[in-house]
Amino acid sequence: MEEEGEDVKLLGAWPSPFSYRVLWGLKLKGISFQYEEEDLARKSSALLRYNPVHRKIPVLVHGEKPIAESTVILEYIEEAWPQKNDHPLLPQDPLERAEARFWTKFVEDKNPTFFRYFRSTGVDQEQATEEAKQVLKAIEDYAELQIGKEGKKFFRGGTIGITDLTLGWISWWLKAMEEAVGVKLLMETTDEAEEGPFPNLSRWMKNFREDPVIRDNLPDFDDLVLYFKRLRHNFIATSD
Amino acid sequence: METVKLYGAWPSPFSYRVIWALKLKGIPFEYIEEDLSSKSPQLLQYNPVYEKVPVLVHGGRPICESMVILEYLDEKWPQQPLLPSDPYKRAEARFWVKFGEDRGPSVWMIYRTEGEKQEKARRDALEMLTILEEHGLNGKKKFFGGDNINIVDIAFGGIAHWMGVIEEITGVKLIEDNKFPLLKAWMHNFKEVSFINENLPNREKMVAFFRARRSMILSSA
Repeated sequence: MEEEGEDVKLLGAWPSPFSYRVLWGLKLKGISFQYEEEDLARKSSALLRYNPVHRKIPVLVHGEKPIAESTVILEYIEEAWPQKNDHPLLPQDPLERAEARFWTKFVEDKNPTFFRYFRSTGVDQEQATEEAKQVLKAIEDYAELQIGKEGKKFFRGGTIGITDLTLGWISWWLKAMEEAVGVKLLMETTDEAEEGPFPNLSRWMKNFREDPVIRDNLPDFDDLVLYFKRLRHNFIATSD
Repeated sequence: METVKLYGAWPSPFSYRVIWALKLKGIPFEYIEEDLSSKSPQLLQYNPVYEKVPVLVHGGRPICESMVILEYLDEKWPQQPLLPSDPYKRAEARFWVKFGEDRGPSVWMIYRTEGEKQEKARRDALEMLTILEEHGLNGKKKFFGGDNINIVDIAFGGIAHWMGVIEEITGVKLIEDNKFPLLKAWMHNFKEVSFINENLPNREKMVAFFRARRSMILSSA
């Protein structure tokens, strides 16, 4: 049996949505951990040792054994602490688990699309924006069934699960990116009478951001916008 | 017992991942061959998001994405496990599965492109193979799964049988003669396993099919 205060470290970086997925997962499950901020411009020798293949955060280090890739880490968290079962991140039923994994993978596989939206300009930007909107539409269709028709608060149900954690970045980071890029994707409306193109997704985003664990564990929005503005500027400057 | 149906396509390595898993576990199933140029209404209904094979249908309920299907099979039919039981080893396996899913398309990009795009794809594919050789297989026994095949071996099965076909058709050599000894040994061992060996598409048929299809892809690019 594992004990409280055992050796659990999370190597992360404050602007990274991938980092936050793991942080949220650990907090929701009530697992104590030590957080170590990585400077992505000057990666520590520890990070390079723990994740030699990708040299990226997040890395979870449990008793000196490293696990990399945020969605892999989330599955690990779910399995390594079976006694922490107040908040399961995955459903029990294998078919429902398959559905959760399908959508988790779908969201992860679309990272390049949003990355292109973020770093491109001109015609490339327009194309990437269109693709990103199609991705959001596909998620909206799924949200229409889950959040709209079945009335769930989250994709997992009444509580946040792995699909929600994986998608969570759009409720905060994507909005910050929109500010930096100057092109809207989500078109969330503050007026409840007016519905944007993604009403169910908007409902889900609101539920996600308002969850106490999530709400208390988000990077400062203005800092994030500034960070993304600088990052985009660098991408554009070096792409010619 | 509820029926198990697999919608697949003979040229698809993703389709074969599921066939291998079903055969390994001794799960009886009905196989439905899809014509990818003329997809059945059932396939489109079962996989509206991607409209792709493979799709596993268990008792009328569809599961899509080959690696998601494999995790499902492992949970419903625990015999001949695809994943180890230890959580850390499971995380390691899932890490490599994701690596394969993320980087594998570079090999297919060599097939689908030419010129500069193909050259970039070749570099990406070589990087993937190098990482597999140096980090994935280094210190391993016969397979990623140890003495026996596991989910990671199955995930990389495309490298063992489809990659050579792509090399032949495109003339882009990835596995040069003196390089990648561990990968070469793994490919050989993988194809020798009976349930893999007995379930591989015919190579000549593959070369003909993919050669023709590449012409079509390049002419419409």
